[in-house]
Amino acid sequence: MGLFSFLQYGFIQNAYLAGFFVAIICSVLGLFLVLRKLSLIGDGLSHVSFGAVALGLFLGFYPFYVAIPLAIIGSLFILRLTEKVKIYGDAAIGMVSALGVASGVILVSVSKGFNVDLFSYLFGNILTIGTKEIILSILLAILVFILLGIFYKDFLVVTFDKEYALASGINVKRVNIILAVLTALTVVLAIKIVGVMLVSALLILPAVTGLQNATSFRSALITSALMAILSVLGGITLAFFLDWPAGATIVVINFVLFVISFIVKKLGK
Amino acid sequence: MSIIISTKNLTVSYGIVPVLQDISFAVEKGDYIGLAGPNGAGKTTLIKALLGLISGSGEVELFNQSLPKFKEWQKIGYLPQRGNGFNPLFPISVSEVVALGLLANKKYPKRYDEEDRKKITQALEMLQLNNIKDRLINELSGGQQQRVFLARAIVSQPELLILDEPSTALDPQIREDFFTLTKKLNAQGVTIVLITHDVSHIGQYANKLLYIDKKVIFYGKFSDFCHSTSMHDYFGEFSQHLICHQH
Repeated sequence: MGLFSFLQYGFIQNAYLAGFFVAIICSVLGLFLVLRKLSLIGDGLSHVSFGAVALGLFLGFYPFYVAIPLAIIGSLFILRLTEKVKIYGDAAIGMVSALGVASGVILVSVSKGFNVDLFSYLFGNILTIGTKEIILSILLAILVFILLGIFYKDFLVVTFDKEYALASGINVKRVNIILAVLTALTVVLAIKIVGVMLVSALLILPAVTGLQNATSFRSALITSALMAILSVLGGITLAFFLDWPAGATIVVINFVLFVISFIVKKLGK
Repeated sequence: MSIIISTKNLTVSYGIVPVLQDISFAVEKGDYIGLAGPNGAGKTTLIKALLGLISGSGEVELFNQSLPKFKEWQKIGYLPQRGNGFNPLFPISVSEVVALGLLANKKYPKRYDEEDRKKITQALEMLQLNNIKDRLINELSGGQQQRVFLARAIVSQPELLILDEPSTALDPQIREDFFTLTKKLNAQGVTIVLITHDVSHIGQYANKLLYIDKKVIFYGKFSDFCHSTSMHDYFGEFSQHLICHQH
């Protein structure tokens, strides 16, 4: 067997394909989230998704069909809390996150039957990535690029200076809703690869790495995307050969890339 | 004379604490208003209420349209108080920041055309930023950043310029150059509302003074302020003299 013979496995091909698109989406959205101090929204929404997946398994539905609408509702609810109840984003995320986990735990406790299935959602399982997830990730990537193509400048000004954006008549609410909905969809998709526990890392780490040596926002976007792709594809490959969990391997590679980037920045000064 | 800004009984409260009470005034086209008052008088709050950034009761009209219906934001150039709002970690160049001033009311996907690029170059030149136009905003000093935000405020060639303490962090030469620039823009027909602590200094440039302390204490021509007996009573003879001696 040659070194690249593992590529013939269908599950590896599926994981690469879905992982590639999810990596790109995470890096792009993650950059906006990190710069807007909403990094932990991925964590909160993954916990909501945990509750939603548990509900889906409990009711006997395909878990994603339950997780997608509930994660979107959770995301918009976080947004609403920060705008209307006048609390900081981290507190709103914490509230919704706790509610998601609590719901999941109650459902697990009540059902006593799907703990093994739920475990694969908690830590990710690339073996479960099928055609449905690949199609969803490609469609989501297309949606992200279309919306960003149209509203890129609005995203830029709202992220850089929200007050100025408001004073320029930019529809900040629309930008927030688009970002919240896309993040919710991305988190649900990414759960299959890295799991509930680690999904926020995929949103935060490539973005933070991309920002280390950025000479412009465009360069930060490109670097973040490259780091995310490298870590996801590298993580899946390494996990296959070392028999490690893919999600955790992806996160560790992401962190190593961040450290390298940070050292490069320090040496460059 | 057309009215650019008008407020009637504008009242703003933070919770139950009133910050502005029954503010009524009108700014005419071509006015240069010095907006002054002691710390906590509500100057920035007033500006934010005029721009719809915070809500209050009463009426606000911009260019003869009620604030909720007002859409022509490209007519207004705004410089927020220094350090407010902008994200210092955002990797964005000086010219890109200036270009953001052209986004109001631009058609999607809001790409910059040749005309926009000319305006950006012009604004960079006016604020002497050409030599640093490719540098990241977070690499600049406070004074340089302030000049970049001023360039962003004027790049769209607005009819109304609202400046919240614009001369903070500027060194004396740049500061005087900036005030001269505002005077030049005003002479070209741009209406200016400028928040300042330095009432005596703004008297050299502004034609009117709006002095507030939660409510309007004085609004009118600078010369009237200097001869007003009520202001004499409010400030005391010595302070009024200090404020007016440069005018």
